[in-house]
Parts: sequence; structure tokens; C-alpha cells
Amino acid sequence: MSEQAMKSYDDLAPSATDKFRQRVLPFIVMIVLLAAIPLFDPSRTMNSLIAAMGINIVFALSYNMLLGRAGLLSFGHAVYFGLGGYAVLHAMNAIGAGSSGFWAGFPVFMLPVIGFGAGALAGVVIGWPSCKRSGVPFAMISLGVAELVASAGYMFGSIFGGEMGVTSDRMVGPRLFGLSMGPVEDIYWFIAFWTFLGTLGIYAFTRTPLGKMSEATRDNPERVQFVGYNPDRVRYLVFIFAGAFAGLAGGMSAVNYEIFTPESLSLAPSGLVLLMAYIGGIRYFTGPIMGAVLLTYMQSMLSDYSEAWLLYLGLLFIAIVMYAPGGVAGIVYGLLGILRRGGTDGVLARRAKQAAGVALAFTGLVILVEIAVRWSNGYGEVFEPFGLHLGIDTPLSWFLIAGFFAAGFGVLRMAREIEEGHG
Amino acid sequence: MTTPALSIRGLKKNFGPAEIICGVDLDLAPGERHAIIGPNGAGKSTLFNLISGLYQPTAGSVKLGDEEIVGLPPHVINRMGLSRSFQVSNIFANMSVRENVRCGVLYSLGHGYSFWRNVGNLHEVQRKTGEILESVGLLDKAQMPAALLSYADQRTLEIAITIAGGADVVLLDEPTAGMSHSETDRAVALIEKATAGKTLIIVEHDMGVVFNIADRISVLVYGQIIATGTPEEIRGDPRVREAYLGDGDEQQALAAAGDAQ
Amino acid sequence: METIVFSLLNGVIYGLLLFMLSSGLTLIFSMMGVLNFAHASFYMLGAYFAYSIMGVTNFWIALILAPVLVGLVGAAVEKWGLRNVHAHGHVAELLFTFGLAYLIDEMVKIVWGRSSVDYRVPEVLDFPLFELFGAEYPAYRVFILMVSVGMLVALWFILNRTRAGLIIRAALTHPHMVGHLGHNVPRIFMLVFGAGCALAGLAGVIGGNYLVTDPAMAVQMGPIVFVVVVVGGLGSLTGAFLAAMLLGLMQTFAVGVDASFADLFGWLGLTATSELGGITIASLAPMIPFLMLVLILMIRPRGLMGDREL
Repeated sequence: MSEQAMKSYDDLAPSATDKFRQRVLPFIVMIVLLAAIPLFDPSRTMNSLIAAMGINIVFALSYNMLLGRAGLLSFGHAVYFGLGGYAVLHAMNAIGAGSSGFWAGFPVFMLPVIGFGAGALAGVVIGWPSCKRSGVPFAMISLGVAELVASAGYMFGSIFGGEMGVTSDRMVGPRLFGLSMGPVEDIYWFIAFWTFLGTLGIYAFTRTPLGKMSEATRDNPERVQFVGYNPDRVRYLVFIFAGAFAGLAGGMSAVNYEIFTPESLSLAPSGLVLLMAYIGGIRYFTGPIMGAVLLTYMQSMLSDYSEAWLLYLGLLFIAIVMYAPGGVAGIVYGLLGILRRGGTDGVLARRAKQAAGVALAFTGLVILVEIAVRWSNGYGEVFEPFGLHLGIDTPLSWFLIAGFFAAGFGVLRMAREIEEGHG
Repeated sequence: MTTPALSIRGLKKNFGPAEIICGVDLDLAPGERHAIIGPNGAGKSTLFNLISGLYQPTAGSVKLGDEEIVGLPPHVINRMGLSRSFQVSNIFANMSVRENVRCGVLYSLGHGYSFWRNVGNLHEVQRKTGEILESVGLLDKAQMPAALLSYADQRTLEIAITIAGGADVVLLDEPTAGMSHSETDRAVALIEKATAGKTLIIVEHDMGVVFNIADRISVLVYGQIIATGTPEEIRGDPRVREAYLGDGDEQQALAAAGDAQ
Repeated sequence: METIVFSLLNGVIYGLLLFMLSSGLTLIFSMMGVLNFAHASFYMLGAYFAYSIMGVTNFWIALILAPVLVGLVGAAVEKWGLRNVHAHGHVAELLFTFGLAYLIDEMVKIVWGRSSVDYRVPEVLDFPLFELFGAEYPAYRVFILMVSVGMLVALWFILNRTRAGLIIRAALTHPHMVGHLGHNVPRIFMLVFGAGCALAGLAGVIGGNYLVTDPAMAVQMGPIVFVVVVVGGLGSLTGAFLAAMLLGLMQTFAVGVDASFADLFGWLGLTATSELGGITIASLAPMIPFLMLVLILMIRPRGLMGDREL
């Protein structure tokens, strides 16, 4: 008995192999990936796309500290991103102007730290009134605050630069790691470094007592009180950290683009980060990363192909809310789980059918939307995919649209009947 | 006489015009196991909510040791050493059993709102969590999601979270409600073991459990304590029998429990 | 003096428009708990529908038909969209309507273009009704006033004098009780959602040509509608009315005030040349609703007349 009482309970925790596989390996993969990208000599466009992805990854992860981990729906997270960015721009200008003093010795490479601090400070100030409430009232307060800060942004030109915003030059101050911060290659290392550090920091946060209690508060704020925690305090502290990491992302953005406008504080970018996190999957740590990569890609690539990309984005979002609350990450991990179990019971076939059905119906929708967009522009432009001529008055267009829709919904219905047959 | 572990004086609670608790006085000696019984709607759960800080009383005082706790928020009262369970299982459903217990352990081991430590490296926390899981018999289910536990196991987890913080005064709200006979027996053994040396207040409908566990019993009827005493005194008290007249089942239960003793 | 009278008139009209827009959301929010992010999008749809219908027939038909169409769209959204999300809780519903707002915005841009459309006041109503202090007052504003008051009376009548109104009023304050009364709850929700959207659509029909009809009108109006509902209070149409009037008057008066911080706080040493001193009261007008929103949520979470906390 005494021997039993003496034994350690370390075996309750995951084994060392599991810990390595789940917590260390992903970060090693990330390092390898980040180090390998320059070997492929990415084009200029690719480089700027990767920079945008890195910034959005940290931003979306910081947003998910609120929505996914603490259950706080915010419509104003861009406020912290923007304030962090502005702080960094002003610091950058101070570095450029000063020949001596504190700022003169500050390397531009380290500026996201300033963004982190500014975001945290904004979180301290704004979080204090916001975090007394949760749920829908919290969401409404965040919306009101975002509108107020954005309006103030246009009002105080000396800080926010009015409509034109604040600009700066990043090739100033002392160098760090021999990077002049001028060419895109230098910026790549800057972005890679801070994306990694930001991701690592936010992950580490989930492993702390505060991070764990934030999840507990999300699930059951009443019970949290009876294990000695003040739920308001937990939310407030998490809010500060979420603001800080958003400020870090804003700082990365400030160095990368060398400009911020009051627009960046408003509801639109706040909405976009919400979409990133949610489409990626808020219940998974990697979800917002996937969402950020996907949406950044869509934003820069799809917007070249189609004017209606925001419409597709809205559709994607609604589809996720309605049919896949786990987001892209949920779908990916679900599929991996099926594959690992062997997928013998026809689940895989059913999923494939569903995917095919969705793809067919979506093709029909794309044709419809693209034809509509061109017709609405009124320049006489015609949608011509694969050499087909699809005008609004071409019978083939409507035949294709109807055909794809019918085929898609037919396959979906088949998949559902199989499912019900199984049930 | 030593200071009571918990001392309630003139406690009142009104909901609008309705007086739910109308002047409760109660003293608990350290280490005492006290049961509160009474018909449905007598205000037993309300009394717990008042003591634990979930509701603010309309009047009266509650002292934990020497400290007045009326007006303090629940988390402060909890930190001062008073812990409670809930009538309906109130656990962290999305977490594993082990994480549930760990949530109960963290604050008491001084890791409050810390954001600079990795929970995985807090050996003291791991050890305490393991001890509690073992003492309540949930060690083999430690990795299960709490939502997937059986009802009886969820009730056990509820008790485990409640005692995890090492509080000296423990309030248990109907810990055996809805359990089968064998489950109830196990729960009683668990409660006796887990709360050994602590001051315990328990609300319970099962008279067998009450007469098994309690040193003293208070009978709460319409927001007032009509009698307090040892199980023998309560069993023989005519006022108690009278109060239970309208509630046939419980009266029979009371009688049956008396016979069994 | 004339500024005050004109501001008062315009403020009342703006307030009534706001109320027409918000009353539907108050109904929906109080009964279903859904804070419909897309509510202002239905207002926008109303304006665009009216514009298109007017192109084929005339304003009077548009005035009737457009709100009906918007109501049908709203009911369809509730039936095939929102109802499926309901099980996932209020935050999921809020997210759904957030996505819906995105979607409607983009569809409007595709169908009607990105710039504003020429949705005009009908010619019969396009004349100065009377002259006040030497300035002409357009008849259409008075028409808006009349339609709004008409709607107000109709709404009051329906709520207080009909059986359906009785159920709705019960559901406003005790949303969980409707089911116990033996009514088909999903059906009631669909009807209320549709009716609420139709009211927003009506506001769009008469407000779209008074203000501007462009794809940004939903984004501009959306947050303000929230403010009216939250400030007014859950379950209270009277509260929403008060909040709408208050907002309408405050915003109109603020725009009309020709003063800066320097004028107000000059005694503190603030000068008009400094940045803070140069801020005019008029430029603060767009901030007023959100200041109210944040303050109300912090100080009085149940709103002006609400019967329960948000």
C-alpha cells in the first residue's frame, strides 16, 4: 500500500513519445519547412504571398485565443493588429530619425516586440470594460469599440495619418543577423522568424495554467468560480495576450508593407480574421493556420481570377457554419481518422460521394456566378472556360448550369440515402 | 469552545416578495459531518448557493472560521477554504477526467493565473491530481473525456473536483441523487474517505445515506430550520415527523431508516 | 431657431426610419435570440428591389411588392438556413447571419453593380411641401413620416388587438413559453423572421431614395441597428422606439452643431489650432451610436426598457 502511495503519477501524462510526436515534431517540421522554402527560389509574387500568410497565421492564431480557446466572439480584433502596426511604424520612424538614444540602437528586426507591447497595452485598456461580459454582449462591445477606434483613427491625423495613413522606411537602424531588411529575401527570414516565434508562443500559452483555465472558463464559467478562479479575470488576461499577439502580427505587417491606414482598424479586417479562424477550424490549434493559408491564397490568387471571390468566400463560410463546424481542420482530421481506421465500412466511399456531389454543384454555381458577373459589368465580356463560349443568352450556359446542379444534388442525395440506409 | 468551522446567523433570502430562506442559524464544529434534510422546495439548494456566494443574502451573516464571507464573490470564498458540489453534474465536459481534476488542483497549489509555467512540468500538480483520481477510483478512466463518463462516474468526478482544492469545509449537494443502491453505497464510502477530517455539510434525500454519514442533522422546512440534533434526536422529534406528514415517501423513508439503525 | 426646427424634423424622420428598421430585429432578437447581422442587408435588398420594380411599373407597386419579396427571402433564409444552425447555439447563429451579410452584399454588387443606382423619389412626391424660414421642405420627407407613423399604428394594432399579436407579445418576454402553448414554434419563428425582414425591406424602400442606394448601405446601417436594439432593451418595442428616436435626434443635432472641442473646452486651455481642439461636434456624430452601445452594455445591460439582461 505504502509503495503504491509513493509511486509517481507521471504515467498519467502522455508518454514521452506521444509528447514528442504531438508537441515537438510539428514545430520541427515547421522549422524545416520554413528553412526549405528559400531553396525553391520563390518568385517575387510567391514571396509576398508567403509574407502575407505568415502575418495572417499569427493574426488568426491570436484571434483563436479568444474565439476557440476562451469562447469569446470578437468583431474588433483588427484594433489590436492595427494599433500594434502603428506603434511599430512610429518606432521605425524614430529609428530612422534618431542618431542617438534608445531608438537609434534598436534593430528593425526586433520591432514586432513593440507591436506585442502595444497590442497588450490596448488589451489592458479596452479589455477592462469588455471582459466583464461574455457571449453576445461581449461581441457587441467589441463591435462598438472597433467602430469607435476606427473613427478615432480618422480623427487624429498626427497619430494615424488620416486617409493616407502612416508610412515608414524599414532600411534604417542597426542590422541584426546581417539582414539589411531591404530585399524580399531578408524580409522572408524576418517573417519566418516571427511566424515561428508567434506560433510557438501561442501554443505555449495553451499549455499554461492560464491557458487551461481559459478553456475551462469557455466550457463552464460557473464551475470555474468554485475552483478558485474569477472567470472575468481569466477572460481579461487571455484578452490581453490575444491583443498582444495580434499586435505582434501587426508589427510584422508594418515592417513588411511599411504602411498602415485607419482602414486597418475597422470592421472589415476584423471580419476577415474571424473568417480565417472559423473556416480553418476553431476547435483545433492548427485550424486557424490552415484558414490563414487558405484565405490568404484565395485573397491574392482567386481575386485575380474572379471578381466574385468574396461571394465564394461568403458561401464557403456559410457552408462551414452549417455543415462542418469543425472547419477545414475538422474535415482534414476526420478524413485522416477514417484512413487510419482503414475506412472499411464504406465511410470513405460515402465521403467521396459527398465531395463529388459538392464539387459538381459548386461547378454549376461557379458558371452561374461568373456569367452573372460579366453580364453585370456590361462590358460585353463573356465567360470562356476551356474554350467554351458561355454568354448569358447562350443555351449551352443554362444547360451546363442546370446539368451540374442536377448531377451534384443527385449525387448528394444518393450519399445521404446510403447514410440513412446504414443508420 | 473552539471557533466553529462555519457559523450562520440570521440568514435570509427573498426572491421578490417570496421569502425563501427566513432566518437560518447554524454552527458547525470543525470536523463535524452535518446533514440538511427537508421536503422539496424547502430551500436547501438556495441555502448552499447563499453560503458559497452564488447568491447574495438579503440579510444575515456567514462566517468561515473567523472571517465574514457574505458579500464575497464565490471564487474568493473558495480560496478561503470552502468548496461545494452541485446537484446537477457541473463538470468541464470537453476536458478529460484528469484535466477536470487538475482544474480543481491548480489554484490551491499556487498556480493561479500563471502564464509562464507549462502545466505538464508542474510535478506537484501531477502528483496531487493523481492522488485524488486514485482516492476516488477514477484512475483507470483518467484519459476519458468527462462527457463520456457514466452518470455515477460523473457524480464521482463532481466530488473529486470539489475536494481537489483541499478545502476544509465541503458542501455536497445531493451527491447520490439518481444513483442505484450499489452505486450509492460506493458513493457513501467515497464521501467518508474523501472528506475525512474535513467539515462536511451534505444535502441529501436518501435517509439511509444521511443516517450513515451525519453526526448531526438539521431539518429545513419552508426556509427555516425546525430542528437540529443527533440522528437519534431527530428521529424522535415530533416536530420533524409532523413536518414530514405531507410528504409520505420521505416519512416512510425516515421511519425505515430509523428501523434499520 | 431654424436649425433647431429642421434638425428636429429631420431627426424625427431619421429616428422613425431607424425604428422601422430595428423593430423587426427587436422582434427577432427577443423571440429567437438571434442577433441578425444581416438585418441591414434586408433593408438594402428592399431598396434595390424597389428600384428594379420601379423600373418596370411604378413606385406604389414597389412600395407594396418589395417588402413582401424581402419578407419571402427572409422566411426562406430562416427555413433553409438559420433553422439548421439553431442547434449549435447563439454564437453559431450570429456567425451564420454574419456570413449571410457578406453573401447578400456580394450578390447585390453582382446583380446591381458596385456603384450607387439611380433610385429616385417618385415625381408625384418630388416637390416642396411648405416653406419654413425661407427654406423649402420636401414633400417626400413628410411622406416618410406618414408611412412610418402608419406602420407604427399597424404594428401597435397587430400586437395589441389580434390573437397573433398576443402570442408574439407573450413570446417577446417569455420566449420559452411559446412551445408550451401548443403552437408550432418553427413556423412562428419563420413568420416572425420573415415579417421582421419585410419591415426592414419597407424601410429600404422609403429610405433608399431618401438617402443613397448603394452596396455600402447595409454596412453603414447594420451596426447602428444593433445599437438601437441593444440600447432599447431585449423584448421591448417601446425601448427600441425610444432608442431610435434618441439616436436619430442626437445624430442630426450633432451634425447641425457648429462647434469644436476648442469652443466647448476652451476654458481648459484647449485651442482650435491643436488637433484635439479642432475636432468638431459634427464630426463626432458617427461615433455617438457606438459610444451609446458600449456605455449601455457596461452600465445598464438590460437597455433602456428591457425586461431582462442581454
